Amino acid sequence: MTYIGNKSDLRVVGTRPDRPDGVDKVTGRAIYGADFRLAGQLVGRILRSPHAHAKIIKIDTSKARALPGVKAVMTAQDMPNITSEESFVGEGPTNFRDQSLNVMARDKVLYEGHAVAAVAAMSPSIAEAALALIEVTYEVLPHVIDVEEAMAPGAPILDETLFTAGVDPKPTTPSNIAKKIILKSGDIDAGFAKADIIAEGRYVTAAVHQAYIEPHACVATIGADGQATVYASSQGHFMIRAFCAKLLGMEISNIRVIPLEIGGGFGGKTIVYLEPVALTLSKMAGKPVKLVMTREEVFRASGPTSGAVVEVKMGAMKDGTIVAAQAVLKYQAGAFPGSPVQPGLMCAFAMYDIPNVHLTGYDVISNRAKVAAYRAPGAPISSYAAEQVVDDLARQLGMDAITIREKNAAKAGTKTVYGVTFPEIGYEAVLAAAKSHAHWKAPLGKNQGRGIATGFWFNIGGESSASVFVNEDGSVSVVSGSPDIGGSRASMAMMAAEVLGIPVANVRPIIGDTASIGFTNVTGGSRVTYATGMATVQATEKVIEQLKQRAAMIWDISPDAVDWKDGQAVPAGANAGGFDPLSLAAIAAKAGKTGGPIGSEVSVNAQGAGPGFGAHICDVEVDRETGQTTILRYTAIQDVGRAIHPSYVEGQIQGGAVQGIGWALNEEYIYDAKGKMDNAGFLDYRVPVASDLPMIEAVLVEVPNTRHPFGVRGVGEVPIVPPMAAIGNAVRDAIGIRMHSLPMSPPKVRKALDSGQG
Amino acid sequence: MPKVVISGSTCRAFTGGVSELEVTADTVGRMVRELDQRFPGLGHHVAEFMAVAIDGVIFQDAYSEKLPEHAEIVLIPKIGAG
Amino acid sequence: MSKTHVTTTINGEPAEFLAEAGLTLLDALRDEVGLTGTKEGCGSGDCGACSVIVDGRLVCSCLMLAVEAEGSTIETIEGVATGDTLHPLQRKFIEYAALQCGFCTPGFLVAAKSLLEKNNNPTETEVRFWLAGNLCRCTGYDKIVRAVMDAAAEMRGA
Repeated sequence: MTYIGNKSDLRVVGTRPDRPDGVDKVTGRAIYGADFRLAGQLVGRILRSPHAHAKIIKIDTSKARALPGVKAVMTAQDMPNITSEESFVGEGPTNFRDQSLNVMARDKVLYEGHAVAAVAAMSPSIAEAALALIEVTYEVLPHVIDVEEAMAPGAPILDETLFTAGVDPKPTTPSNIAKKIILKSGDIDAGFAKADIIAEGRYVTAAVHQAYIEPHACVATIGADGQATVYASSQGHFMIRAFCAKLLGMEISNIRVIPLEIGGGFGGKTIVYLEPVALTLSKMAGKPVKLVMTREEVFRASGPTSGAVVEVKMGAMKDGTIVAAQAVLKYQAGAFPGSPVQPGLMCAFAMYDIPNVHLTGYDVISNRAKVAAYRAPGAPISSYAAEQVVDDLARQLGMDAITIREKNAAKAGTKTVYGVTFPEIGYEAVLAAAKSHAHWKAPLGKNQGRGIATGFWFNIGGESSASVFVNEDGSVSVVSGSPDIGGSRASMAMMAAEVLGIPVANVRPIIGDTASIGFTNVTGGSRVTYATGMATVQATEKVIEQLKQRAAMIWDISPDAVDWKDGQAVPAGANAGGFDPLSLAAIAAKAGKTGGPIGSEVSVNAQGAGPGFGAHICDVEVDRETGQTTILRYTAIQDVGRAIHPSYVEGQIQGGAVQGIGWALNEEYIYDAKGKMDNAGFLDYRVPVASDLPMIEAVLVEVPNTRHPFGVRGVGEVPIVPPMAAIGNAVRDAIGIRMHSLPMSPPKVRKALDSGQG
Repeated sequence: MPKVVISGSTCRAFTGGVSELEVTADTVGRMVRELDQRFPGLGHHVAEFMAVAIDGVIFQDAYSEKLPEHAEIVLIPKIGAG
Repeated sequence: MSKTHVTTTINGEPAEFLAEAGLTLLDALRDEVGLTGTKEGCGSGDCGACSVIVDGRLVCSCLMLAVEAEGSTIETIEGVATGDTLHPLQRKFIEYAALQCGFCTPGFLVAAKSLLEKNNNPTETEVRFWLAGNLCRCTGYDKIVRAVMDAAAEMRGA
């Protein structure tokens, strides 16, 4: 059933109630990964490689094992040796062999911070002393960090069995280029021949980390019967179960994963690092084992997103029509294949209707931590380059930066380079909202500049489960399988309350563990409000059917003669009889007498998640003495389909925009000559702080997605796509120089001002 | 008959470069089987790693989804993400 | 390893614990006293998730040794509400949706409370600079700053 209809008919959806888990989270009661403990738990610690690239000749753990208080010491030899198997789990395509080797190195370490051994001990100090007693003999190998150096002939090879996929004929020598991908439409040469003007540029981005404030943490316990329980904070407890089963050769039914509160993820908690290690240690020690990463470990060993080199060339006619677009994307994958270069290619020009497009992508491994998903993986990197080249086209033509985008805007019926024809989308509505916003015309001062950039993300649906129970007093429980990372309990409760016609305070939402609710994909890809919301709405509708049947039984009339209205059962018409309405509480009180408890579980594989588009307008001021760029004003406009809880929708947009601001101005992985990360802490890896920023104005455009009962589109990914180009365009406007690499940090801007070249 | 568009190079490796073909299948599941019969290995690859867009709407792992008579079906990589 | 007996007052109640020499106040609060509302985000004083008030001063509890807390009065997130009555800051954080994942929230609340005790009418800039030692990766700070400003206004009776 659809409830999109008239927005003014909705009583709960679109309002801003207090979130159900709010009090727990403002009083310190909420239990996150590191807060959980089991009686008798041991302290786990992981030994990590000091080298960027080395052969492991020998690991001697005998001294560590002999230390009093040490209960288990493990290496990769204590885990199954997984053969290569490609699959699609959680955040994207994955190879279980690579995941296993990333969790614990076997023959080679591939990056500084790569796990090589682990201990479980009675106290933190004993565990740390034990790590120091593990003797690892390495044969250090030449390493490579930079993506283009890794691609070059003669580069140190990380994996002798890796041959570039996607090239013909099949290569006979191994390469760090895992894959080459080409996407094209039309005739690129003919397109450029038709162009009156050309703009192009080579752009470099740095690897950046999701930098969730909560480090990875878990407690695992396994009995002699092989029954295991894992308590962990993650973006998906079913994902943890799936990986642990595969990497440890266990039955899924023997693993129960209990989700704890998650302190941010942004894609970075869609894979496992600690859980298989904790389970292995627990099995060896016969006791629960807790593992918590330090911040340094989070930076060195958990996945950032790719740094990249992106070359873009675009051609347009005098009237602003873009006739050709070409890009080459070289994405770092880290130590194992799997960069988000594919979606990077697909998203680069997705905002535009361009007849001739040619895209080439390279997925490149090097001696860095394996990349993980980060908000709209791949798209921010390619858009950062493409949206600055569009800005250059507009500048050459003397055309307004929104007008050129309107002229070439993708709309319903536009065919993308990856072949899909867009359904109803909100890009034009977003551009119109940007153009009419006061920000776009506001005056600017000296050394100030304004930029705009736009962005696209597919959004996804996928598998979700939810159950809805009516309690004896008429209150309602909603159980879902989606970890609540940013307010999804609130949106689930609101959708159920809206459908039932009851106050949202009467609905209690919880997250079920892997043994108490059906399978649910990770909280990611902006899918929860869409897919889990769909399951929740359908389960609620089934409950209403039951409520109507119970009312019919109480009244002794046909269920067809009962309507559900405003939270109560009413006779459908005069012919049904003159009964007083039965409230949810009244029906619940008689549930036992009318057939037993009332409840329903629904599992869906939600399809047709609506594409999302956003436009960000940014004003900067550049200090010509220091090179410091200050964000003066920021407006983020986005088509959200329909906002269930507008405050949390705004929050997603504001948070995504600020992560993008960090990516644009400050954040980067810095390596020394030996391939070691130089800035593995929040002092030197500088994420934006409150004093760096102005208010971020979020403007919600609502073009409902007809495939969702309330018209929802995913929201969380899109807002990290436009910021880097928006700020790049603003800096260009302020100083007259186009900066070509991220971050646009003060030393780089200073240098550009001195040399006249960015 | 529904038309299947294969835009990516990975899938085209299975089809020997063929980028467009018609299928008799009337559901996604049947299409996967038909593709595998015609191009061994392609069905498995599509089942595991590809999504399909049916007239512009993206479906992942949706075997029961109907293919309308004149539908355009585009094979694209599955979307995961953050 | 020998331990030192430490006597403190935490959230108005006497509290004693044993501490190894290298134990941080943060780990003592979490592991010895059982108050896990105070979080560790970095262990290096850069993120503010472990903010507590010691003898009236806002400190990162990961940077203070537990044995240094001998005789001191400590206020943690668990002491910000009075019984089941939330502090205005806590109410405003919920009302403004100033939290998403909630992990940094205890540190922000303790830091903001410390600000309002010193300055009951801060400007937006003062709020932003006072809270610059607290990292939030979810919200972009917008709603946090608004919540703090509004709580301050309410507490002034404005």
